[in-house]
Amino acid sequence: MTIAIGAVLAVLAVLLVALPFLREPNARDDRIDQPTDADLRTAALVEERDRALAALKDLEFDHRTGKIADDDYRTLVPQLRQAAAAALKALPAVPASSLGTAQEEAD
Amino acid sequence: MADLGRAALVVSLGLAVYALVAGGYAAHFGRRRLAGSARNALVACFGSTLVAAVVLAAALVRHDFSFVYVASHTNRTLPKIYALTAFWGGQEGSLLLWLLVLSGYGALAVVLNRRLQDLVTWVVPVIGGIATFFAFVLVAVASPFDTQTAPVDGAGLTPSLQNPYMVAHPPMLYLGYVGLAVPFAFAAGAMLSGRTDERWIVATRRWTLAAWMFLGFGQILGAHWAYVEVGWGGYYAWDPVENAALMPWLAATAFLHSVMIQERKGMLKVWNMVLVALAFELSVFGTFLTRSGVVNSIHSFSKSPIGGWFLAFVVISSLFSLGLILWRLPLLKARTKLESAISREAAFLYNNLLLVALCLTVLWGVLFPIVTQLVTGETRTMGRPYYDFFLRAFGLPLLLLMGIGPLIAWRKTSVRALAKTLVWPVATSVVTGIVLVVIGSGSSSPGLIAYTFSAFVLGTIGLELVRGTRATGSLLTLVARNRRRYGGYVVHAAIVLLAIGIAGSSAYGTNREVKLRPGQSASVAGYTLTYTGVDPIRNDPNRTGEYAVLNVTGHWQGTLRSGSITYTGFQETDRDVGIKTDWLRAEDLYVIADFQNGSNVVFFDVLVKPLVNLIWVAAIIFVIGSLIALWPDAREQRRLATRFAPAHG
Repeated sequence: MTIAIGAVLAVLAVLLVALPFLREPNARDDRIDQPTDADLRTAALVEERDRALAALKDLEFDHRTGKIADDDYRTLVPQLRQAAAAALKALPAVPASSLGTAQEEAD
Repeated sequence: MADLGRAALVVSLGLAVYALVAGGYAAHFGRRRLAGSARNALVACFGSTLVAAVVLAAALVRHDFSFVYVASHTNRTLPKIYALTAFWGGQEGSLLLWLLVLSGYGALAVVLNRRLQDLVTWVVPVIGGIATFFAFVLVAVASPFDTQTAPVDGAGLTPSLQNPYMVAHPPMLYLGYVGLAVPFAFAAGAMLSGRTDERWIVATRRWTLAAWMFLGFGQILGAHWAYVEVGWGGYYAWDPVENAALMPWLAATAFLHSVMIQERKGMLKVWNMVLVALAFELSVFGTFLTRSGVVNSIHSFSKSPIGGWFLAFVVISSLFSLGLILWRLPLLKARTKLESAISREAAFLYNNLLLVALCLTVLWGVLFPIVTQLVTGETRTMGRPYYDFFLRAFGLPLLLLMGIGPLIAWRKTSVRALAKTLVWPVATSVVTGIVLVVIGSGSSSPGLIAYTFSAFVLGTIGLELVRGTRATGSLLTLVARNRRRYGGYVVHAAIVLLAIGIAGSSAYGTNREVKLRPGQSASVAGYTLTYTGVDPIRNDPNRTGEYAVLNVTGHWQGTLRSGSITYTGFQETDRDVGIKTDWLRAEDLYVIADFQNGSNVVFFDVLVKPLVNLIWVAAIIFVIGSLIALWPDAREQRRLATRFAPAHG
């Protein structure tokens, strides 16, 4: 009984491990999707954009909750808006859904 | 059935090795199907480890003494629930639990994050490597499936482990310890893949938070266990094994804070890698301390042969982490700098330095006996004053920072704006301090400082909630929009309660030892205790002993029992302390009875511990705050899904 359960366990493990090869015995493309240089640049720009928008959002919230003086706020707002605008501008090919959610972030 | 357990572990070892080797090959050469196969091997490893765990659990419940492990840790009189908890009551079972949780966590983490293919491909061999170590130890060094000719009865479970807390405390700690392997594996995977952007942090944020919550809650459960069971009147003894759980928690706390700076500013990438590796290494080191017997601890039940293996694993994995960080240093350089010393990110940095300083101080205290033994041949230990000194030196500024930090804006704050925003919290703490001095609580300076700082932090949290609610229009909206921040504030409130509880019970407590014969009374801090006699334990096959019965009058009226128990098959005697919690007076009356052989005289250690119960309340609030921070946020999920989409096609 014990041997039978052990054998079933081993067979199941082997089947699970072999599954990707059983599903695609003759895969035409067996390479892992590696991000291209363009992908990496886009990802970095998206990260930059999200940071810029989050910084703007934080600044607004900090100002509304009295953590930042009006003078400092007036100095920082144009800088951060400029940075956010530059980050958005640098992303011409990002899907619309991304921009939509980024806008949501800025709300 | 032991054969099945052994076979399952061998299969687990094979699968873990496969995940390591095939996963590493697939990641390096970019083989998609092989990477999927290695990922499936982790899932299968969990399955086969689960089979091994079920075999051991069944043997424990069925009192199958042909298993050496079962005979060594249970006996026939042991209640079923404690027979089951013996799973993690001994070394081999604990290691099996480590592997079970690790393979379960690992499989779930890589499956849930499979869309991050290029990252997860590298995570699989890292988790496979860790699992290989544990599976190897279980197969070759400390197997829970060694068999023998079954004796009539087993040795039983160590009496101090026969406690309801045994059901939850060790598993909680293991969920915490092992959980830290997931962010470590993703951090290592990010460095191996050469993509050190935010993805690994986002992918493991909740894993880290959950592991941190389990570790924190598990420690407070352990503190409560020590308080009600060990019977010395305290809850934390700076025992090396207690410290072993505290250290990774402190490192993970620092990580959870500093990671926010990386997310906001892209800074501290190296520091975060160091912290996540430190937290993981300390969690393995904790298991090494618990199980090796290298230091004297109430948790180290025996010396064992696994110490050397664990030490080797800690050294190798630390060198691996260090090597990876040095290799990827150019990728981890920050492109931005700290803009001001008065900013939220600077406050997080100060908090990090204090947390890591406290962590390393505790580590030095733990290592000191080993170092002195190696250098001088004599074992010297760091006593409570050492730890208490550094807890105050680093803990009180941390408490203060917990109040100041949230009031500072990101990027920079002017001194004028900070002073303006500090007015209410400072006023709250000053008024609290004055009131405390007036009511006579000025006798302890650390206590007074802790209370006033705590009032300051609570004032800050209150102010943050009021201002945030005004800004957003509703408290619910405020919390829902930033669960991590406001969950964090709830956790801060829990830490404040913890600080108040520790300060109250240690700085303002009363402790008196009295010798009583039946009928005699003693008065302690407003309570009068009359010893009425002895009540022996009857008709319990698992334990014998007696309870001293005390009639209490004064602040509270009733009967309190404090006993001395001997468990079947064991020589040592355990205490069952008498505790009366008065929630209105916010204090505990705590009585330890010390029976004298052949005499009707009983020595009672009577303690009155103010505010100690806030520590246990803090544990519940800590979990609530952590769950708020953990709760999924649909807006954030959508944003992250699209954010990572471009790089994966």
